[in-house]
Amino acid sequence: MLSKKKSQPPGERASWGLKLGSLAALLFLHVPIWLIFLYSFTTDESAYTFPPPSLTLKWIPQAIANPAMQEALMLSLRVAALATVMALILGTLGAAAVYRYDFFGKEAISFFLILPLALPGIVTGIAIRSAINLMQIPFSFWTIVIGHATFSVVTVYNNVLARFRRTSGTMVEASMDLGANSFQTFWHIVLPNISTALLAGAILAFSLSFDEVIVTTFTAGQQQTLPIWIFGQMLKPRNRPITNVTAMLVVLITALPILLAQRLTARSSDTEGEKS
Amino acid sequence: MLNRISTFLYRRPKLVLALLLLPPLLWFVVVYLGALLTMLINSFFYLDGFTGKVVPEFTLRTYAKLFETTNLQIFGRTTLMAALVTLACVAIAFPLSYYIARFASPRLKTWLYLAVTIPLWSSYVVRVYSWKLILAQEGIVSWFARLVRLDGVLGWYLGLPAVGGPSLSVSATGVFLVFVYIWLPYMIIPIQTALERVPKSLIEASGDLGANSAQTFRNVILPLAFPGVVAGSIFTFSLTLGDFIVPSLFGNSSFYIGKAVLAYQGTSGNIPLAAAFTMGPIVIMVVYLLIARKLGAFDAL
Amino acid sequence: MSDSAVLFKNVSRHFGDVKAVDDVALEVKDGEFFSMLGPSGSGKTTCLRMIAGFDRPTSGHIYLYGQDVSNLPPYERSVNTVFQDYALFPHMTVEDNIAYGLMIKKVSRAQRMKQVDDMLDLVRLPGFGHRKPSQLSGGQRQRVALARALINHPKVLLLDEPLGALDLKLRQQMQVELKNIQQRVGITFVFVTHDQEEALTMSDRIAVFNQGKIEQVGTPAEVYEHPATSFVASFVGTSNLVSGEVAKRITGSDARFSIRPEKIHLAAPSQQMGAEMFAADGKVRDVVYLGLYTRYLVELDGGGDLVVVEQNLKTTSMDVMKVRGQKVRLFWQKDHVRYVGG
Repeated sequence: MLSKKKSQPPGERASWGLKLGSLAALLFLHVPIWLIFLYSFTTDESAYTFPPPSLTLKWIPQAIANPAMQEALMLSLRVAALATVMALILGTLGAAAVYRYDFFGKEAISFFLILPLALPGIVTGIAIRSAINLMQIPFSFWTIVIGHATFSVVTVYNNVLARFRRTSGTMVEASMDLGANSFQTFWHIVLPNISTALLAGAILAFSLSFDEVIVTTFTAGQQQTLPIWIFGQMLKPRNRPITNVTAMLVVLITALPILLAQRLTARSSDTEGEKS
Repeated sequence: MLNRISTFLYRRPKLVLALLLLPPLLWFVVVYLGALLTMLINSFFYLDGFTGKVVPEFTLRTYAKLFETTNLQIFGRTTLMAALVTLACVAIAFPLSYYIARFASPRLKTWLYLAVTIPLWSSYVVRVYSWKLILAQEGIVSWFARLVRLDGVLGWYLGLPAVGGPSLSVSATGVFLVFVYIWLPYMIIPIQTALERVPKSLIEASGDLGANSAQTFRNVILPLAFPGVVAGSIFTFSLTLGDFIVPSLFGNSSFYIGKAVLAYQGTSGNIPLAAAFTMGPIVIMVVYLLIARKLGAFDAL
Repeated sequence: MSDSAVLFKNVSRHFGDVKAVDDVALEVKDGEFFSMLGPSGSGKTTCLRMIAGFDRPTSGHIYLYGQDVSNLPPYERSVNTVFQDYALFPHMTVEDNIAYGLMIKKVSRAQRMKQVDDMLDLVRLPGFGHRKPSQLSGGQRQRVALARALINHPKVLLLDEPLGALDLKLRQQMQVELKNIQQRVGITFVFVTHDQEEALTMSDRIAVFNQGKIEQVGTPAEVYEHPATSFVASFVGTSNLVSGEVAKRITGSDARFSIRPEKIHLAAPSQQMGAEMFAADGKVRDVVYLGLYTRYLVELDGGGDLVVVEQNLKTTSMDVMKVRGQKVRLFWQKDHVRYVGG
């Protein structure tokens, strides 16, 4: 796909070196993921032999039926769902406040919300771990959710705030002017205009939570989310074929919604939110 | 009823602001800042070596431990690794970012952008896992080396001190490769953003003034892309400093900051030392961010 | 009081230290086309926003048909607004945009659709109901915004520089159309603009704003012919402002006065004047031929300049250019002079 015709004036063509370098970088990014798919079908159970001696489909049902994997998957899904809901609420409220009002310290809010994602994961992890330790809170489902919600808020916040800024601010005034109270305005005007941004933010928050491993290591105690289970399998491989298949499933579960989120934000920027 | 609530709120914009801002603010102050604060507090406690219990008394002796030789080596090793990873990411990311920003047609650009963001967002653990497959002794790299009859070179390389090891998947080189792979998208996107902000007219003007394309690249494009490079390096540097997964899976016995923190808080239950250790990357990152701001990196984010 | 549509009593609006609106008293009569004219930042838009309810006065009271609305939210006032950027809802069709107010009032769907069709006819967009706002041109969006406001039969319609985004030709066409619609529906229009020509063409009365205060309220003719202050004289149309020594030589007093360029006549230096005229001698420094008329800049002998405009009834560009550099006598009727303060 790199050899496609480009709309550049003559003399502005990319050199072969540049094209090769770009292609190499792209392959470097993607070939490892393809290999995961390949290995899900290998007959080799005890090593990572390449090329695979032969291919089989038998691991897929086995992996799906594996109780440890199922348990980890369920925990991850529950944590991600709840963390996403909290991120949606907190992120949207924050974005609305920053967009509609001027207040002291407004500029700092964005910076503040992105900190848990920008600082190395162990900082957030060990910080929450210290608090758990100091206040002697027992590890639980909730300690994982709290950690995940904290770093997921910013994805919703950023998406919704960007959408607010792109849509015309007078729309809310126009709606109230036409007789709608604040709640009616929110329902009929604000929500339809930010819905795709909310969805995109939620998807990102979900996948962020779904495959988080660093913070979770410090907040999970003995419980295993799916990434932690995979991490454990990598440290002490017991069941390679099942791990391979699980890895493939995780790629699918996270990558497909991301594609959707990309589409949602890209498409809405063409049509919606006209700003005279 | 709703009308009356709405009117009540309409007359009190400050109350509405408080209602909107309070939940997220409260959450972040209590949960996040609170946690950071307890971390700070913990770092001033110490672990009693005999009882194995944390003693909640103010002391600097935990911080003093950071300056023992082994721990200083850990900081040095991790920072060096982060720096090397950052440089490698710049070298690999730049051509692709440059191609996307300047030569790709709008359609192709959308696809390439997706091709970069999907790895960025898709599962971190699984992407790490894929390198377990690649670097294994029986994996694709060894297979390829045999295929092109370079297995002797690979064997010689693995025999080198510091960079080698029993196999690529247990070596500093392995750690380095996986880090570069994992953080590469974080470098591509800011560089591309910065390059896209270079106006075409500027490049044309440079050509107009008699510069050949190499000169234009060196004198016009590179300086303007630099903030993007710095912005990307914030990610690659910070993320490498704090990671423990990759060194645990691919490293030999030598510690990195993240791995040390994990070990202290986990196996030995020494949360004070783990907390004090974490101050290391925070300090390094704050210094780094201050330099980055001087270099104008925040405009490219 | 009942025939005043909008009444401002000592209304002020402060943003921090900035007095956007400073102790304004104002009355808009029922059924009037009322314009608020002024440069940007003069407080006219803030006044409009306070009538609509988007902003509330820091002090003072606003009445709509006798009712104190100072503290009512926008959705409890029978006032509607046409916004500068139209503020159409991008996710709704034209039809749903126009019907929005009725939907909120829970008018039945059939009833809504009928009224929407009437409105589309009124603004001359029949058959456009199923389009999205993004498929309309600027002028069409503007008509939809107008229809969306008028369908609610507001007691007062507020228009916030609604023609600002249109090109000149469309703007002039819409000026006529707006005035027609206003006369047909008989609703009080309050129109905010910074374009003096627009205000003069369309309004029954004009309030001229400057720095948060009203400088003058009057009919277009009054504001133009009898500017109350030097600001009004210079902002509405162009005026020659003469004061001090120069004024004293012409009128015998140093009181500041204004004279419109088109009221001044050019004559030969020896021309004799009647007692009802003022006269001044000078030299033509510059001539600008503008097709319909010609503008002369005359340097007075005793210092100071006057701008003079004459229609090109008989003259051609060749003729007027010859005047440059010549000595002339200017004269104008004494009762065309306005003595203005400040």
